[in-house]
Amino acid sequence: MLISSLFMRMSLTTHSFLSSFHSHLCFVISSFQMQFMLLFSRQGKLRLQKWYVPLSDKEKKKITRELVQTVLARKPKMCSFLEWRDLKIVYKRYASLYFCCATEGQDNELITLEIIHRYVELLDKYFGSVCELDIIFNFEKAYFILDEFLLGGEAQETSKKNVLKAIEQADLLQEPRHEYFNVPVY
Amino acid sequence: MPAPIRLRELIRTIRTARTQAEEREMIQKECAAIRSSFREEDNTYRCRNVAKLLYMHMLGYPAHFGQLECLKLIASQKFTDKRIGYLGAMLLLDERQDVHLLMTNCIKNDLNHSTQYVQGLALCTLGCMGSSEMCRDLAGEVEKLLKTSNSYLRKKAALCAVHVIRKVPELMEMFLPATKNLLSEKNHGVLHTSVVLLTEMCERSPDMLAHFRKLVPQLVRILKNLIMSGYSPEHDVSGISDPFLQVRILRLLRILGKNDDDSSEAMNDILAQVATNTETSKNVGNAILYETVLTIMDIKSESGLRVLAINILGRFLLNNDKNIRYVALTSLLKTVQTDHNAVQRHRSTIVDCLKDLDVSIKRRAMELSFALVNGNNIRGMMKELLYFLDSCDPEFKADCASGVFLAAEKYAPSKRWHIDTIMRVLTTAGSYVRDDSVPNLIQLITNSVEMHAYTVQRLYKALLDDISQQPLVQVASWCIGEYGDLLVSGQCEEEEPIQVTEDEVLDVLEGLLVSNLSTPVTRGYSLTAIMKLSTRFSSVNRIKKVVSIYGSSIDVELQQRAVEYNALFKKYDHMRSALLERMPIMEKTASNGPTEIVQTNGETDPSVVETKHPPPVTQSTNQATDLLDLLGGNDMVPVIQTSVPTKPASAGGELLDLLGDLSLSGGPAPTPAPSVPTSQPPFLLDGLSSQPLFNDIAAAGIPPMTAYNKNGLKIDFTFERANPNPNIAVITINASNSTEADMTDFVFQAAVPKTFQLQLLSPSSNVVPALNQGTVTQVIRVLNPQKQQLRMRIKLTYTHRASSIQDLAEVNNFPPQSWQ
Repeated sequence: MLISSLFMRMSLTTHSFLSSFHSHLCFVISSFQMQFMLLFSRQGKLRLQKWYVPLSDKEKKKITRELVQTVLARKPKMCSFLEWRDLKIVYKRYASLYFCCATEGQDNELITLEIIHRYVELLDKYFGSVCELDIIFNFEKAYFILDEFLLGGEAQETSKKNVLKAIEQADLLQEPRHEYFNVPVY
Repeated sequence: MPAPIRLRELIRTIRTARTQAEEREMIQKECAAIRSSFREEDNTYRCRNVAKLLYMHMLGYPAHFGQLECLKLIASQKFTDKRIGYLGAMLLLDERQDVHLLMTNCIKNDLNHSTQYVQGLALCTLGCMGSSEMCRDLAGEVEKLLKTSNSYLRKKAALCAVHVIRKVPELMEMFLPATKNLLSEKNHGVLHTSVVLLTEMCERSPDMLAHFRKLVPQLVRILKNLIMSGYSPEHDVSGISDPFLQVRILRLLRILGKNDDDSSEAMNDILAQVATNTETSKNVGNAILYETVLTIMDIKSESGLRVLAINILGRFLLNNDKNIRYVALTSLLKTVQTDHNAVQRHRSTIVDCLKDLDVSIKRRAMELSFALVNGNNIRGMMKELLYFLDSCDPEFKADCASGVFLAAEKYAPSKRWHIDTIMRVLTTAGSYVRDDSVPNLIQLITNSVEMHAYTVQRLYKALLDDISQQPLVQVASWCIGEYGDLLVSGQCEEEEPIQVTEDEVLDVLEGLLVSNLSTPVTRGYSLTAIMKLSTRFSSVNRIKKVVSIYGSSIDVELQQRAVEYNALFKKYDHMRSALLERMPIMEKTASNGPTEIVQTNGETDPSVVETKHPPPVTQSTNQATDLLDLLGGNDMVPVIQTSVPTKPASAGGELLDLLGDLSLSGGPAPTPAPSVPTSQPPFLLDGLSSQPLFNDIAAAGIPPMTAYNKNGLKIDFTFERANPNPNIAVITINASNSTEADMTDFVFQAAVPKTFQLQLLSPSSNVVPALNQGTVTQVIRVLNPQKQQLRMRIKLTYTHRASSIQDLAEVNNFPPQSWQ
């Protein structure tokens, strides 16, 4: 894969998982549901957006803009949870990327942190020491991986191995079939 | 036509743009190329183009022209196309546009595709963004897949079903058969999603909940296996086996065990086991512990388990990880009402969290601290909370101040402590205090009579220091106006009295008037205070001068006040001292209670329960039974006394009991004219008693009559016809007393024949003053739908010259106009 030499390759996982720095609308859906997940850089550039509730483009943009601002304004010593509008926001920073989930009030924030962590691990395994650039240049793959891990905001598979296996198999189905999944198909 | 550039190439190119304008130019160029490519219906590169479009969409550029292309990709046979097509659909389409419905058929086909990964794409898309129409159309397919043996598809189908149920709750029933053996699966993915599905169903339907309670033993077993089983590499997270599944099972157990003794009993052991055996060194273990605590607190767990749970939360509070502290505080806040004592044990740790750096933790700690304040710890807690108030961020100050006031009001150990606390709040967070605090504080100060001198002295001293905080200044001005005489006379007992002259006080107040820091409201307060001092101080001339100056103030409010005060000096000086007298003790908002709508005797129009000076409940029940005696063997129907007790809440209950006891209204209850409710609102808002309900009445024409005249007590009836409803006659009784002694505890009761309905409203008072110095009035409303001749039996009870008098009488001489 061609990586621009101007950018330093900073692995998401070299920063310790354990510490690192820590990350009205009114949808009354069921008491446990993830409403959306956003990935954005420290400059506030969106790298991935997954919405599990129906909203217009305009509303999505507004929410994204405001939430990104709010999270970026948080100081490093603050905890990973905050209340924003009617939602609970759980966020965590891995290297240069913020992973941010919004859940309905009743959820267990600590397990949401684990969900985020599992997703990062999956990306890491797939891309091999994943960094922000991987996600920029292969955003569609990031989505495919997410969609094999979560469905409708809930985890569909709790085994890392199974998720990665499924992605692998699906990649092989792509036409034209290439031996290495990271050769650009389109 | 050269092939359109590859996706990664485009990404690289766009990232080289140095300015926003440059980027926009590149994007526009590429979009144009993509558009023409779409127009040419190019199948080969459609996928590539849509992928690029999705990238540009993420950067924030419009991409709606790619929507139909996504649909074409979905319909393609190639997997690559489908993958990008479905992704594009999820990103670009939404259920508000009809175009998304075009997907339905494709999804239906793909749900039955021979390749499971295609089926997977379809399930994922449907489960992520399926609209209600789509869900309705495709629910059957999802249900079919829920029963498949292919675990890859089964788990996705389960979550898809969850989405369908969320969108179209009525479809929940159809998934019930498929849930039969879901928990016997070995595959963790299926197990996890099944538990999610079961949770969703149980949450939405109490019937489902009851149905699935029988799964509790099975769930307990699965959880047990997870904990006891050895290391399983596939599902291990830091030494814990499949924490996601554990948490989900715990959550489902919570829902199943809530309000159900048997289920709660069945899960007691496993909860205790999880609570004690889970490794807590990493976040994942704490996540499970947290879920366990939530479950223990919600179900009917035995007290030992609950204490265990709270202790876990207490340990969380000491954890270095602030996330853990945060969830602990949140949970403790939820349980503080039910397990107050257990939470109290962790009070000092909670108070320490007030000093935490994190805003969310501070807020929670503050809320929890206020919840933990009680009579025993008030002094210590208040010290901490006031310290917090001093140093916290502005966003907290208003809430904290309100909390302090509330707690002080409830638990103040002494009046002086109370006033000192208020002073402290006003001086440290004075500008953040809520607007309604000022009147509340004034009321508190007024009612603490023995503290007046102390209060005014302290407030005066505070004013000397700082006049910028408006609530403080307003309360202080008011106090100085009221108690300025105590201030200059140096009467303070509580602390060293200060020496201050009248002129100094007036200097301060005048200073407020001219200061730029004072708001118009504050100026109003100080002007009034100065005026009040004219009856308390001797330097009246100075005050007159000040007041007359402000008679030409630009501020209209001030001007008006000054002009009126001026008039007091000039024309109404004789009234001045009475008007500016010391304020009496204010009653605590008794009359501000809510008015209650009460049903009476089958009538559907509401009556207002009077909250001031009503007779006690017991009296009315006695009256009711007395009335039964009164009627004896007659066909009279007793009336329901509608004036009822102080607490509106119990009033309704008592009254309904009354109705039950008497088992009334043998005949049909005719509903009065519907226009009755419309005239209610003004009456309810006024809350005035003895006011006729119908204001627009043709009172003319019905002569009044004397219903009773004996032993010096005379009762006159005056009539009004209710205009909207001609069947209702409104009778106002006037009771007067010509004897030389007052008649106290006066109660008037009436009964009418069965075909009538009668409603008695509250009397104006219970005392009929002697020598005709005043009357007691009361309103009776009589409904007479059959237009029969009105007859009434009345009973009078009162105390006269220390003896209790009771009398019965029949009233038959009603003028025909009152009932025809």
